[in-house]
Amino acid sequence: MSHTVMQYLLAATLVLPLLGAVGALLPAPPGLKGRSPEQAVLRHGVTVTGAVLALTVALAAGFDHDRPARMQGTTDLSWIPALGIRIHLGVDGVSLPLLVLTALLTFLCALYSYFKMPAGPSPKAFVALILVLESGTLASFAVLDLMLFFLAFEMVLIPMYFLIARWGGDGRERAAWRFILYTLLGSVVMLLGLLLIGIKGGTFDMVALATDNGSKLSRTTQLIAVLAIGIGLAVKAPMWPLHSWLPDAHTAAPTVGSVLLAGVLLKMGTYGFVRIVLPIAPDGAHTFAPYLAAFAVVGILYGSLVCLSLARTGAKGDLKRLVAYSSVGHMGFVLLGIATMTPTGVNGALFANIAHGLITGLLFFLVGAVKDRYGTSDLDALSGATGAALYGKAPRLGGLLAFGAVASLGLPGLAGFWGEMLAMFGSFRPADGLSRPAFLTFMALAGFGTLLTAAYMLIVVRRVCMGGDGEGGPAHELVPAPADVRTYEFAAWTPLVVLTVLAGLWPAALLGLTDPAVSQLLRGGN
Amino acid sequence: MGSLVQSVDWLAIAPPTITAVVALVVLVADLFLPEGKKPLLGGIALAGLVLAGLSLLPLLDGDRSTFCLTSSGTRACSYTADHFTLVIQFLVLGGALLTALLSVSDLVDFSLPSGEYWFLLLSSAAGAALLPASRDLATLVVALEVASLPAFALVGMRRDDRKSSEAALKFFLSSVTATAVMLLGVSFVYAATGSLHLTEVAGGLPGEGTRLGVLAQTGVALTLVGFAFKTAAVPFHFWVPDTYVGAPLPVAAYLSVVGKAVGFTGLILVTVVAFPSYADVWGPALAVLAALTMTAGNVAALRQRADRAHSAVRLLAWSSVGQAGYLLVPIAAAGYTGDPAHAIGSTVAYALMYAAVNLGAFAVAALVARTSPAHRLADYRGLYARRPLAALALGFFLLCLAGLPPGVIGLFAKVTVFSAAVDAGLGWLAVVMAVNVVIALYYYLQWTALLFRPAAAEPAAAGEEEPAPARVPLPLAAAMALAAALGIVLSGAPQLVLRFASGALL
Repeated sequence: MSHTVMQYLLAATLVLPLLGAVGALLPAPPGLKGRSPEQAVLRHGVTVTGAVLALTVALAAGFDHDRPARMQGTTDLSWIPALGIRIHLGVDGVSLPLLVLTALLTFLCALYSYFKMPAGPSPKAFVALILVLESGTLASFAVLDLMLFFLAFEMVLIPMYFLIARWGGDGRERAAWRFILYTLLGSVVMLLGLLLIGIKGGTFDMVALATDNGSKLSRTTQLIAVLAIGIGLAVKAPMWPLHSWLPDAHTAAPTVGSVLLAGVLLKMGTYGFVRIVLPIAPDGAHTFAPYLAAFAVVGILYGSLVCLSLARTGAKGDLKRLVAYSSVGHMGFVLLGIATMTPTGVNGALFANIAHGLITGLLFFLVGAVKDRYGTSDLDALSGATGAALYGKAPRLGGLLAFGAVASLGLPGLAGFWGEMLAMFGSFRPADGLSRPAFLTFMALAGFGTLLTAAYMLIVVRRVCMGGDGEGGPAHELVPAPADVRTYEFAAWTPLVVLTVLAGLWPAALLGLTDPAVSQLLRGGN
Repeated sequence: MGSLVQSVDWLAIAPPTITAVVALVVLVADLFLPEGKKPLLGGIALAGLVLAGLSLLPLLDGDRSTFCLTSSGTRACSYTADHFTLVIQFLVLGGALLTALLSVSDLVDFSLPSGEYWFLLLSSAAGAALLPASRDLATLVVALEVASLPAFALVGMRRDDRKSSEAALKFFLSSVTATAVMLLGVSFVYAATGSLHLTEVAGGLPGEGTRLGVLAQTGVALTLVGFAFKTAAVPFHFWVPDTYVGAPLPVAAYLSVVGKAVGFTGLILVTVVAFPSYADVWGPALAVLAALTMTAGNVAALRQRADRAHSAVRLLAWSSVGQAGYLLVPIAAAGYTGDPAHAIGSTVAYALMYAAVNLGAFAVAALVARTSPAHRLADYRGLYARRPLAALALGFFLLCLAGLPPGVIGLFAKVTVFSAAVDAGLGWLAVVMAVNVVIALYYYLQWTALLFRPAAAEPAAAGEEEPAPARVPLPLAAAMALAAALGIVLSGAPQLVLRFASGALL
């Protein structure tokens, strides 16, 4: 596809959701009024996100797969010459999968909300916020200017805050505040780091800075910049011990909020590491890599242990909270892969990124569905004395939940396996200059983490999907037989299941895209 | 030997002169107009401000000066209309115009004496417009007083209100003290250098350790104190909340924008133009002052309780103290870099952004105050349901002040301030400011969230239907629309103001 077409496709992908957000606030035009204003605006959301998905798919189709390391569909316009900020857009093999994932998950969320709008105020604002969120997330993956990246990074905060605070469950106000204050504190510190790089490096252009590969930045500058930027990204990712906003936010958020938060928002943090920290300040990244890896491994173990304790009988563990903590563990693998600074590890990290988006997105959908049916996501209340026995009562829902859990624990043949394996493989032989014994230890600990993950996921499956004969247990009396998977739920979940299987069976499709781009970034953009 | 009669460049001095002349016209017209035709005065004042603003247009090339020394060999002038002057004059006149739009309906509602009000407002604006052009210490002090003295009277305008008089007195006493201190400083500087012209002072300041060094240093410090008071920098900020609460709302808005602009302009002129050789003294002092000011302002704003009377105005007052801290950062940075003009530009760009959105926020506050005069934050609950456009506008203004998208201009204005600090190597100040930005975000966002929350169930509203909101007075709507349009345009094209941050202004 010609360059101009790609250019317009990419620009349209970013602008369309914003226009759609404005459109959602305006009254529906005649002919599109639908059955009611609510229905019309929700349908508008499905249409716009669907169009955006179509655009990103077209973008992926037009992408020159032979040269994924090259920036494609680039636009480079001067916007604020005073600060040297340019509207510089482009996709390469690293960002393309994330763009498609974002568009897909947002579309599925819009589709799901069309049939099952979360309880709260008017759907008008809901749709508008989802669209702004989508635009911000897409922009953060497509921009190639440090300041625009920061702008996109901040753009998602307000919509997510309102999504949690207005459409969320118990404790939503507090959770929303925690989310925004943590992220903002991180991102202001990140801004300082970005400014330092921009001022010392002479430009905010990521491509130019990556090509310099830190040659214009002194070692001290790089250290300070990586520390500052790293903190901002680590809050978002989230890295232990900066993760504590995440479980609350996930627990309180509405289902689609959780899906988007886990599926795409967290990826902005790890993407920033790959796109900004590694190529632009390699010396700084090199110095901090062992610490990042250590924190990542602690995150893996910590997330798994918390999940284990939540999954115990009598712990009053919340399923959403459990999936949220499992995210901390999974993102630990992503960070570990990045910290190895090897092509293997970083490719693994990017793969795990996508896999986590698909699988955890699916899990949050499923847990949300369980919560809707039972009115609670408390594991003890659900399973009662013997187990919730979803296999018996709602076999399809139970089957999907088991599928999600098994994919999440990294069963070979599903998407979760490759990323974590490659991340550990990368830390078996980290980049030159990084302490090999330390990384071997990290690898061993991460391997132990996968065992723990398997343990808690299987416990969850046993307690929720299997179990008694349908007698006994409080939940059973309250809700005699939960409805099985509905058509719209199938529609929203099938793509995630299919892609999880596909990515598991054919990882080369994704790795073929990321690998050349990653090698180039690690080499310094040449 | 030049002629004793100076030739005056009337075009150059047109902006402050037109404002002052219109002020007199209003005062005289007030005597002859019958009671029913008093609203005409507002029209004259508005037209005068627009005219003064238009008179900036012929000056755009920015290289005029007048009232120059003719005798000595130097080319020191008392009045210079360079780019810096023009930008600040634009800010001042635009701010006064928006204030005037806010005032129109308030004058009627509170039956304030309109002739006096317009006269005082225009006089103060004339002084504020003169100040950025002043290039000698005497003119600077005179301009500062012309800008301040009418402001005291404006604050005390609501004569039946005890709070208003108290606020005016507080404002007056603390301001006069500051002026006295500043005059002492100016006289010391004059004694040490033998000149009042800023550029001459810069050349004539004795070095440290010389016999006049102590005198000059004391003079510099005392002069700065006077301007620090006008900018409401810590520890000279205590007058702000009470004054804002006691003053009529438009006057509070005026003080928060134009009053501050006056202080900053003076500070910039004195530090960068007159005392550049003492940068190692005022640079660190201003940096500390900036850090203290923003922290004190933001922490105090954070502590406002939503249900207390006047909490909305108090919050705006304290937040303006916090914003003053950000404005001080680039001036402090100017003391550290070899390129002060660049740093000063950041302050100017930030001030322009701040003027537009802060006046916008005050405009919405004025609208809300028409139905709930207690100025409580709690009154804003559910504003979106009652007045969706006003709520959206206020949300936008607050997010601009906080510096979060969709307030893109607020974000980038903060970025320029940050980059000035980072550029000057003031890393610690940048970190302090970063923490402050987060604190400020908390209260701005809390207010924004309040707008969209469903209104609290009124106990009395059970039986009766909520009355349809009264029509928004046209001038108020115009002020809001103007501020919102400015904010939106600037968010799309931040270059319009940010170019000052890269250009050579002084």
